[in-house]
Amino acid sequence: MIRPLTRANISPVNPLLPVGWLSAGLILALGIHANHRLLAEDWRQFRGSSSTGISRSAAPPVEFDSSGKNVAWKVDLPGRGLSSPIIIDDRVVVTASSGPRQDNLHILCLKASTGELLWERRFLATGRSLTHPKTCNAAPTPASDGEKIFAFFSSNDVICLELSGQLLWMRGLTLDYPNASNSLGMSSSPVVAGDALVTQVENDSESLTTGLNTSTGETLWKLDRPRRANWTSPLLLADGQTVLLQSSKGADAVDARTGNVLWSFGEGAATIPSSTREGETIFIPSNGLVALRPANSNSPPEKLWQENKLKPGTATPVVAEGKVYCLSGAGVLLCANVEKGELLWQLRVEGPFSASPVIADRKLYCVNESGKCFVVDLSGSKGSILSENSLDETMLATPSLSDGALYLRSDAHLWKIATP
Amino acid sequence: MVSQAQSQFCSRTASQPGNFINPSIHRIGLTLAALLLFTPLTWANDKTASLSDLVARIKSIGLKGEGYPAAVAAQKELSSQGPEALLPLLDAMEGASPLAVNWLAGAFETIADRSLRAGALSQESGAGIPAVAFEKVVLDRTRSATPRLLAFEWLVKVDPTTKDRLIPGMLGDPSADFRRLAVARLIAAADASKDDAEQLDFWKKGLSGATDEDQVKVLVDHLKEAGVTVDLARHFGYLLEWNLIGPFDNSEREGFAKTYPPEASRDLAVPVQGREGEVKWEPFTSTDTMGEVNLIPVFKNYRDSLAYAVTNYKAAKAGPAQIRLTTPNAWKVWVNGKLVFARDEYHRGSMFDQYVIPVTFQEGNNEILLKICQNEQTEDWAQKWLFKVRITDSSGKAILPAE
Repeated sequence: MIRPLTRANISPVNPLLPVGWLSAGLILALGIHANHRLLAEDWRQFRGSSSTGISRSAAPPVEFDSSGKNVAWKVDLPGRGLSSPIIIDDRVVVTASSGPRQDNLHILCLKASTGELLWERRFLATGRSLTHPKTCNAAPTPASDGEKIFAFFSSNDVICLELSGQLLWMRGLTLDYPNASNSLGMSSSPVVAGDALVTQVENDSESLTTGLNTSTGETLWKLDRPRRANWTSPLLLADGQTVLLQSSKGADAVDARTGNVLWSFGEGAATIPSSTREGETIFIPSNGLVALRPANSNSPPEKLWQENKLKPGTATPVVAEGKVYCLSGAGVLLCANVEKGELLWQLRVEGPFSASPVIADRKLYCVNESGKCFVVDLSGSKGSILSENSLDETMLATPSLSDGALYLRSDAHLWKIATP
Repeated sequence: MVSQAQSQFCSRTASQPGNFINPSIHRIGLTLAALLLFTPLTWANDKTASLSDLVARIKSIGLKGEGYPAAVAAQKELSSQGPEALLPLLDAMEGASPLAVNWLAGAFETIADRSLRAGALSQESGAGIPAVAFEKVVLDRTRSATPRLLAFEWLVKVDPTTKDRLIPGMLGDPSADFRRLAVARLIAAADASKDDAEQLDFWKKGLSGATDEDQVKVLVDHLKEAGVTVDLARHFGYLLEWNLIGPFDNSEREGFAKTYPPEASRDLAVPVQGREGEVKWEPFTSTDTMGEVNLIPVFKNYRDSLAYAVTNYKAAKAGPAQIRLTTPNAWKVWVNGKLVFARDEYHRGSMFDQYVIPVTFQEGNNEILLKICQNEQTEDWAQKWLFKVRITDSSGKAILPAE
């Protein structure tokens, strides 16, 4: 069931427009938000600044290994984490949690070019920090608006720092909503939509999503959400102001400025792999995969297709150049066209996968839980494995991409993979 | 949103904050003028505010973001202070809420980091990180744990001998973090020793301070190999003696919200109507080494059911304590007839100290009543219906009942 749009505020931008158009857009954006640096190579949140999992910068190395081949640097981390690093200019920010109760919250900022530690800040969790042993408190990926860093943890602690490491504000959402937690741990990564930080705190008990004022930490809005454990992350839609909240009941498009629900998809959805998008088209894990195209008016979003063969496991699908790629629970990479969801080819890769795949230079990088990264060539009519690169560490975090470098994190280390 | 944030920020000085609502072009002009006029004044106010005023703004933050605009400005100003603000910030953490402690710690770490990077080492003159004063903070067990730990961590950065000097004496420390460091040293010392008697001594000593499950397990395993039996339930402070009654109906998970007779009154001798006829309280003693009370053998028809457990905890003195509960089922807990917490979640994990519930006991007898709900799920992993309860202080150390 699809409820109609109540506001005509969706003005999609095709992310695969030529570079010239992108540059023009960037110049325009810089003109409007002169105090916001919008650098093309930033990777500011889970699956990148655009939430698509695609980098348009130079290609990372195809081959690398734990002995040091194409490893620009590798740094020790003070605790565990499933969160991805984010990149803002020449800074890499990553979170970790440590201690027997995972209640030490670490935020580290490294110099991207050298791996030098610029600063580290530590906070104490104010909410429930215990999780299933496979995950940990530092599961959500932080986000940034280019000037501030927003670190979020399973304990529902939201910490806002300046790029210099100075604390601006901190919220403990479990102090406000004491039953907003999941005994297995939570992992939704926040997104920045304009001046709102959207945090998804959805679980079996006190389930909610909030929009927080990025400058002050105050609650702009709060939505009561379906009472069902949910590990998916909100998806920033193409207009940069609408956020898709996925849950067991389906998905809701929410105006991040007001918390108003613009339209809903009510056919149920997965609670682990998140939705993704290509331009205005949204792909929701729901009885396989559903492709949805919201309208620009008050008419309901159009359901393009639903394909139950395209069932993502844990990893969020990724879409590029007219093709959608899913990693199944059985460790099979599935490729379908975006027009009809028709399966084009499949390729067995060695799972299991917790990390979502990312794309750069027409190559798909997928990292399995044993730390083996498969680089798959997407340029031909069928995918082919170019290389298998082992870092010999457990890796559950989604890789990040910036300036032709691939960033991978394990519980012990953060690696920068780049050509010397 | 920018205008909304600014309106809240400036409303302390602007006489007509309503101007920021639905701004027209005219109003935008006024708004900009007001911002230009008042923003420097606001900053001047912050810059001239005393450290105690700044701290007070941070300590006054409330739930859901109340007081945040003022606190954000105060935080920024606090973070720009010199190392002379470090000790006052540690002092300010006493009595602050967990959230305010973190805000203060954020300012503290920014200043300490800047001081350290500037090369300002241990100087009692106030020019750098005050190592001697920090050590006093660390050793003062009357202070709360967080400022002591912060002082310790920065002390280690300027004085690497700190760990060797201070940690061995922290086995009985009220802070779980310090105890953990002391226990870890003893485990390492035992591992390095080749003398059986010395090893045994290290392990026994380590156990006397250990409360984290992972460290206790290591020590108990070593001691078991050495032929020493440890009463784990007593070590952790699990409650073993209960009275149980049930089953009551929890179809459609609706029993969680229903008030059954045991919630109203608890005369252990009087039968009440249960799901399958009359039921009455029955005594139950857990023999599990970790204090588990498994309800399935007690109440055979367990799906869609709930049961109650009650016990008396005799406190040696009145004061704060923690009930640490583990259960994969939905639950409610009352202490002396007052509901202290409830959680409607099923089969999302079951781990050591899964729920930590702060309570205040009265001296002498305290009634602890549990409601434990099982749902309809049929999967193998969803069949558990159990609980474990232990009583601790805020650091996780057992508080055994008075004899």
